[in-house]
Amino acid sequence: MRRFRGLAIGLAVLILVLAGFLFLRSPKPIIELKAETIFSIGPFNVTNTYITSWIVIIFISLFAYAATRRMSLVPRGIQNLFEAILEAIHNLVVNTAGEKHGRRFFPVIATIFLYVALCNWFGLLPFFATVGKVEEIDAHEAAFHEKGVVIQQKAGLNVIMPAADDVELPETVTLPDGKVEEVNANSSVEVKQLAIDEAKKEAGLSEDAKIGVLIPFLRSVNTDINGPLALAVWSAIFVEFWGISTYGFFRYGSKFFNFGRLLRGKIVDGVVDAFVGILEFVAEAARLISFTFRLFGNIFAGEILFLVVIFLAPLLFLDFVYVMELFIGAIQAFIFGMLTLVFGVIAVSAPHAESEGH
Amino acid sequence: MELIHLFPLLEIGDPGLRFLAAGFAMAAGGFAPAMAIGLLVGRAMEALGRNPEAQPVIQTNMILGIAFAEAIAIYALVVAVMIGFVF
Repeated sequence: MRRFRGLAIGLAVLILVLAGFLFLRSPKPIIELKAETIFSIGPFNVTNTYITSWIVIIFISLFAYAATRRMSLVPRGIQNLFEAILEAIHNLVVNTAGEKHGRRFFPVIATIFLYVALCNWFGLLPFFATVGKVEEIDAHEAAFHEKGVVIQQKAGLNVIMPAADDVELPETVTLPDGKVEEVNANSSVEVKQLAIDEAKKEAGLSEDAKIGVLIPFLRSVNTDINGPLALAVWSAIFVEFWGISTYGFFRYGSKFFNFGRLLRGKIVDGVVDAFVGILEFVAEAARLISFTFRLFGNIFAGEILFLVVIFLAPLLFLDFVYVMELFIGAIQAFIFGMLTLVFGVIAVSAPHAESEGH
Repeated sequence: MELIHLFPLLEIGDPGLRFLAAGFAMAAGGFAPAMAIGLLVGRAMEALGRNPEAQPVIQTNMILGIAFAEAIAIYALVVAVMIGFVF
């Protein structure tokens, strides 16, 4: 039997891949860059990523509450887990920033790390991209999509099941009087209705079957660019705050507005100094953009990868993608926290006493 | 959109060209970061071989450097996705 083990494994892999490919493929992925609004409170649109971020915050709070409820000197259970995580982050922060500053930086870095890691991991739960409300493709709707999915209802919720059919509206329709019209968001109502009917007939659906685009209720927080942008802005604010609170506003500001030598009459040195100051500003802005896009790009690309792999070859390759996403989610959280920490250390320890006399 | 016929299969203004653009953006933008990460990890392995005791420090700084290099590839990816799926 030992001889056939390799053969058995190979056969099992082949069967899994074929079964996934033939029976369980999802419809063509519809990739949306913007986060979709679920409901609005007055002028404020509550998007699905916003709801998810609140769920993550509540989860962290409950976790912290459960860990500190009955604290003992020798930690057990959830307190032990929490202490292990926090101790690891604390060692990292203190090793990089030194004792004195490490204590000050620790809450912010730990928050960034935990929040981003949990946000990324929450996005891997099964019901995240598939359960939601439906925006039907309707000729009278203002928002008009060109492809959709046959919507099914399971237990009252709209779900995209594996092996659902996708429906794509035709590009052009021939009106009864012979004209050929293009179908897009600006077409007239009857053109759109004709296109929808034609697509339904082609897919073999009855007239009253619903096709539409699914808007998920929950979406991974960092797939919306506002999530990483907010974190990057706060990270920049904290770095500047640490610098200013250590050195005072003018001494820290002399890193950016270096007009001392220019005002003293040394033109060439002064201009170089002023230019370097402006470059520091540009570096700060570039850091903001790079923080945002690094986190956003990694997580959004992971989501696209998921959708595409589910469309192409579910069941086996999906497991590898899942492991990779777990890993990347944790690494990106670590990187965000570490970069904030490193820039904070630079901000509080760079020699600002370059001007003569200090 | 006016299509200028070049070859039987390729026309300037062809709406399918944007997928070509997306693919090219990702290919061009992924090359340099890949080389950078390879060099970085290579040097880190050398340093690790010389001084295995410094492993945590080397590893942490290597991951940090990889993050910077990968960010450039991510910018290219975002541009490619926007060309291919949003515009």
